[in-house]
Amino acid sequence: MTEALAASPVAVTAAPDRARRFAWNGTLVVGLVMSGVVLLVAVVAPFVLTERATALSPDAGLGSVPGHLLGTDTLGRDMLARTLVATRLTVVMALAATVIAGVAGVAIGVGVWLAPRRVRELGLRAIEFAVSYPTLLVAIMIAAILGQSATTVVVAIGLANVAGFARLTANLAAGLSQRDFVATARLVGVPPLRLATRHILPNMAEPMLILLTQTLAGALVEISGLSFVGLGSQNPSFDLGTLLQDALGKLGTNPVLVVGPACALVFTSLAALFVGDGLAAAANPRSIGTRARLRRAAGADTGTAAAAPADPRRLLTVEHVTVTHTRTGRELVRDVSFHLDRGEILGIVGESGSGKSLTASVVSRLLPEGLTATAARLELAGTDLLGTVSPAELATRIGLVYQDPGTSLNPALTLGAQLTDVLTVHRGLSRRVARERVAAGFRSVVLPDPQGHLRQLPHELSGGMKQRAMIASAMSTEPDLLVADEPTTALDVTVQREVLSIIRRMNAEAGTAVLVISHDIGVVRRLCDRVLVMKDGQVVEEVTSPGQLTVDAVSHPYTRRLLAATPSVVVPVAPDAEEAAR
Amino acid sequence: MSDTIVNVEGLDVRFGSAHVLRDVSLALDRGRTVGVVGESGSGKSTLAKTMVGLHQPSAGQVWVDGIDVAQAGRRELAAYRRRVQMIPQDPFSSLSPRQTIGQTLAEAVDPARARVGRHRDLIATWLERVGLPADVMHRYPHEFSGGQRQRIAIARGLIVEPSLVIADEITSALDVSVQAQILELLAGIKQSLGLTMMFISHNLAVVQRVSDEVVVLYGGAVVERGPVGEIFAHPQHWYTRALLAADPGSPGFSLDVERTPRGAAA
Repeated sequence: MTEALAASPVAVTAAPDRARRFAWNGTLVVGLVMSGVVLLVAVVAPFVLTERATALSPDAGLGSVPGHLLGTDTLGRDMLARTLVATRLTVVMALAATVIAGVAGVAIGVGVWLAPRRVRELGLRAIEFAVSYPTLLVAIMIAAILGQSATTVVVAIGLANVAGFARLTANLAAGLSQRDFVATARLVGVPPLRLATRHILPNMAEPMLILLTQTLAGALVEISGLSFVGLGSQNPSFDLGTLLQDALGKLGTNPVLVVGPACALVFTSLAALFVGDGLAAAANPRSIGTRARLRRAAGADTGTAAAAPADPRRLLTVEHVTVTHTRTGRELVRDVSFHLDRGEILGIVGESGSGKSLTASVVSRLLPEGLTATAARLELAGTDLLGTVSPAELATRIGLVYQDPGTSLNPALTLGAQLTDVLTVHRGLSRRVARERVAAGFRSVVLPDPQGHLRQLPHELSGGMKQRAMIASAMSTEPDLLVADEPTTALDVTVQREVLSIIRRMNAEAGTAVLVISHDIGVVRRLCDRVLVMKDGQVVEEVTSPGQLTVDAVSHPYTRRLLAATPSVVVPVAPDAEEAAR
Repeated sequence: MSDTIVNVEGLDVRFGSAHVLRDVSLALDRGRTVGVVGESGSGKSTLAKTMVGLHQPSAGQVWVDGIDVAQAGRRELAAYRRRVQMIPQDPFSSLSPRQTIGQTLAEAVDPARARVGRHRDLIATWLERVGLPADVMHRYPHEFSGGQRQRIAIARGLIVEPSLVIADEITSALDVSVQAQILELLAGIKQSLGLTMMFISHNLAVVQRVSDEVVVLYGGAVVERGPVGEIFAHPQHWYTRALLAADPGSPGFSLDVERTPRGAAA
């Protein structure tokens, strides 16, 4: 039996675009270089310079002189050497404090998450409470209780930062426990501790690393602060904070003494901060996205618009559209051309990654960030969409309907407040007239209570009602073109039929041309006059009559495969129904 | 006597004031597949979760594989959950991103320790059964497409040879061509290994392909149940007829009708 099933192994190829590649960035590189310098100094300086940093000499209280670039203190010790040597203690103390905070915080966070419900609620409140206190204040309190020493300061700063880690851990754990893989693991009986160590903690690595570096940067400053006020390292050991304190006393007479410890402190904490920010940026690939660009293809003649014979029926002309990923240069849509006549419904069908939505986003000039589109021609009824088009013209001539009406509506605003925007902003209508217009639209999409719906918030309407409201709003400006991207994918089938009916009726009554994007070949077959089939960024077939969208009639093998794979309900011929018909 | 594995009788589930399942009854014999269809909010997923003991019924009984799920103790429930496997919908969130495929499968076999080495042969066998080469056990989920991940999730569900598999919209997130492959895979496994499955879907056509019997849920109540052929040929309830007519592939589909009656369950 195994053999029979194993007969058709699926070729396994790595999905390159899903693999998370580490996004190096300038901040991170600078931060790492700076951290490298700090570490090098921390490791090497005490070996080489301790003698010089601690030896008393008669050259006391010097300013910046050759041989003592940053001056000497009251006992004649070279300040540059002292600064470099002090770096180690400061860094070690900050690291130790960060480790204490991290280990204790993560343990508490996980413990709280694993605890029974009551304890968890209480624990979370306690953590929130602790977080609301300023770290430094807590640290000073703890240090004051424990007494003056380097260890005290480390423990104090460590404990003061525990709450931050505990909160992050508990929050991330709460989010992760909603994910299916945690739910499934729990369902198959994975014990809680293993759940925490294998499923929860490893998936927190990125935010945790960022918090660690940020805490380290904070700890450097905080520890120096405590040493500065005399709570930290005691004579004869010294860190940057004690150096700064000594130097500050001589600020009037020998100001150059401050320069060393101050610069070292700023440099060290900046290094940690840069690493933290750099890691945060690397973990969030969106942050390095570049703006979307839409350009005329090189070599395309601007004059074609005027020169081409104007077909009065032609509404949209799209020629040679190519969309590339700006950074990698990968082609997502390749040389796609099509046109749309007035009153026509054109469908673009394809599977995920086929480029169908990107093609539509070029038409509506809403290309996602980080992509570049070029086209030889992009015209909407004589208007060159590649040139400058005012937002008002774009918003009123192209109506948009998106896949998920639940996320495309603002949950905090009433329908009246948000759906009238396009009319008041771009058409200059008064609020009252705009509301009238949208209410009329609601009526035409068969929403039962047009005036009432205007006062409702999105969550008070069902998915189908929201989508009908979106269509009414998109149609309120009487656009030339309605672009509907998977308009019924999020809806139940019976609701899907209502929404498709409404799109069809809008098209018939107002003569609005419609560009429908869908993965569902059944939907486009029923709705559209003409269908383009896309695969891997290219149009592989154009079907000019939806009736021909059958396995036998289409010519491209991919279209045939797609049709064969699309399941449809088979109504078995009932024997008694045949009898009845006779 | 038939070998009944699932027997749900008069099941009621309430969340506060919401009455999510009303008087639901269904039965399933070993080796058969029941399709549960209904639209969002019809109670499909609640039914599945109640069957694995994640929700407590407010009335009625859920007997699965000889256990009264609602009355079962902690121990009994833990053992029971190994015999009833749920395959989740979204293949992108159902596999732990920091575990290799082998670790994920080993964990299903032995949740407490999850040693890949000890179960290497079993894991390799199941990976091959779902159409993946055995060496993918060393790889991580992000290296796989949605369809491949769903194959892995299926292997994870089946590797413990459960007495019942609950598949909750497992093809909804997939492209149609991938969906077709997964359905074919399930049909093959069913044929060769004898699978008892509850297949939950909003897609009537998919349900028709994989199921022996159908249960139609509407507003938390079963409005129709019976053998697939009969239900699709002679839908008795208006809602079943509306569902059938709304499938764009069905001959009865038209875009002229604008509204189907909606509201309280019939």
